[in-house]
Amino acid sequence: MWLYLLKRLALAIAIIAIAVTLLFLMIRAVPGDPAAILLGPRATPEMKAQLHHQMGLDKPLVVQITTFFGGLLRGDLGFDVFGQKPVADIVFEQLPYTIELVLFSIFWAVVVAVPLGCYSAMRRNSLVDQVVGVVAVATLAIPSFVMAVYALLFFAVTLRWLPAIGAGDGFWDGLVHLILPGFAIGIGWVGYISRLVRASMLEVLGENHIRMARAFGISEWRIVARYAMPLAILPTVTILGVGIAWLLSSAVFIEVVFARPGIGALIVNAVTARNYPVVMGAVLVTTILIVAATTLSDLINAFLDPRTREKL
Amino acid sequence: MASVETTRPETNVAIGPGLQQFRKNRLGMLGAALVTLITAIAIFAPLMIMHDPVRIMVGPRLADPSLHYLLGTDQLGRDTFSRIIMGSRIPLLVAFVSLGSSLAVGLVLGLIAGFGPRWLDNLLVLFFDTIRSFPGIIFALAMVALLGPSLASVILVIAITSMPIYARVVRTQTEALRSSEYVAAERSMGAGTTRILAVHVLPNVIGPLLILVSMDVPAVIAVEAGLSFLGMGVRPPTPDWGAILNDGFNYIDKAPWLVIAGGIPIVLATLGFTFLGEALREIFDPKLRKDL
Repeated sequence: MWLYLLKRLALAIAIIAIAVTLLFLMIRAVPGDPAAILLGPRATPEMKAQLHHQMGLDKPLVVQITTFFGGLLRGDLGFDVFGQKPVADIVFEQLPYTIELVLFSIFWAVVVAVPLGCYSAMRRNSLVDQVVGVVAVATLAIPSFVMAVYALLFFAVTLRWLPAIGAGDGFWDGLVHLILPGFAIGIGWVGYISRLVRASMLEVLGENHIRMARAFGISEWRIVARYAMPLAILPTVTILGVGIAWLLSSAVFIEVVFARPGIGALIVNAVTARNYPVVMGAVLVTTILIVAATTLSDLINAFLDPRTREKL
Repeated sequence: MASVETTRPETNVAIGPGLQQFRKNRLGMLGAALVTLITAIAIFAPLMIMHDPVRIMVGPRLADPSLHYLLGTDQLGRDTFSRIIMGSRIPLLVAFVSLGSSLAVGLVLGLIAGFGPRWLDNLLVLFFDTIRSFPGIIFALAMVALLGPSLASVILVIAITSMPIYARVVRTQTEALRSSEYVAAERSMGAGTTRILAVHVLPNVIGPLLILVSMDVPAVIAVEAGLSFLGMGVRPPTPDWGAILNDGFNYIDKAPWLVIAGGIPIVLATLGFTFLGEALREIFDPKLRKDL
């Protein structure tokens, strides 16, 4: 286990290092001078030279990369010349909004999907099971931004039940502002998780210790909740780690649709303004988040299922 | 990220019984019908439109749906129905070109990783895992920021991000086949690597790969529409579903039908391709996704 842990961590660090280098080279490989783009067409050569110096563009590429890695280790993501602020400050100001949205979405999805999946497994091929199956595939297929726009149109514009934009102030207001965005992100996950729980529950229900419990005359609901659930829920736990990339991608659209602050909205705005340092910093932080989450889910997996340890 | 290697020597897909099974799959048939409809619309689009889809002020701005403008007009007085019809071409084109090139590159790299020397395999897998660790849409946005918003950027980004999954599937299957007995037998009879790859590995790999690709089509349609929705995809005035949805979104309180009309084709297209892909997977290769 310890060897696996070390190997897996080394792989994660290698992936992050390569990802950073790739991103860095991509930004440098762009045709055109970033400083010239930032300053616009009327910039004088002196202004460009000064900005070059400020951004460190006048140094050799190797020095630039080493400086960037060095900064990264200290939590320094560079400096936003537009906003006159460190990029890290900007990114970490926005990050909590996105995390709050993602956690809320996944929380309600799990709360709804797990009982639904259990029920589908217990009443296999019943009407409910079949309907849930079709709806699950459908909600998974529909892009979250279409879902978000329709939810906004129906509940905020037409019915005026819920606020359309922003993140709200304070706990309750914030919670109310989370409902529609959370719905748009979570609905696909309800389908996905309920199918996952159903499949693993069916597998677990066929095992010997469950048949034993049944032979003792324990009620079906108690068997599911007490003996089968802890086993059947494992695939869901591990899939959430991998799913964070998907969640963050949906968050980009949802934040734009609902005009919420967050890392997605930050990236879209930075891309529109061609503010490369901010784009780079925000993409980096999300990449690190994703690598950390997948590594963690692999480790949990390896802890629970020793067979996966040999596969690295 | 650690892959679960399963030994699956042969998946000789029988087409005949598969088709019969497919006919019984109601969702699959619905998906096939939707896909056929959308493809037909994309092909015959110029014959179906009622107005020039890019001409400004063919009618009043934000007009209600009427017999003359079936789905009303947008903020520039363009006919929404004609724009929706013509807009069917972009997503299909993007899916075809991006997934096609991704498939080709993934196939070659996967074969190299699966059949080549160990160090090259490790290197390639690390490369695949790195690309997979980039957050999909966010990586796409970064690329668009660098390359500038255009159809070509969208195609390139999708091709790059979907390639690692295909390559990994090919690699896993190639590795399983490489150590199989009949390949060893073939080799002992003096067959070269090229012959083994072309005659024995490729036919076994291509089927599952095509099913995987078909399952990725809805995701590609969603990404393309999403980028256009954010204004990072096709350039105006080219008609595109995501762009129409975005136009409608800006006038959501004044002209809700624009948003409704822009979203429905995206929903139908993603649903159609998903149902079709799921049905194909269920019939031909039920445990495909577990190989990833």
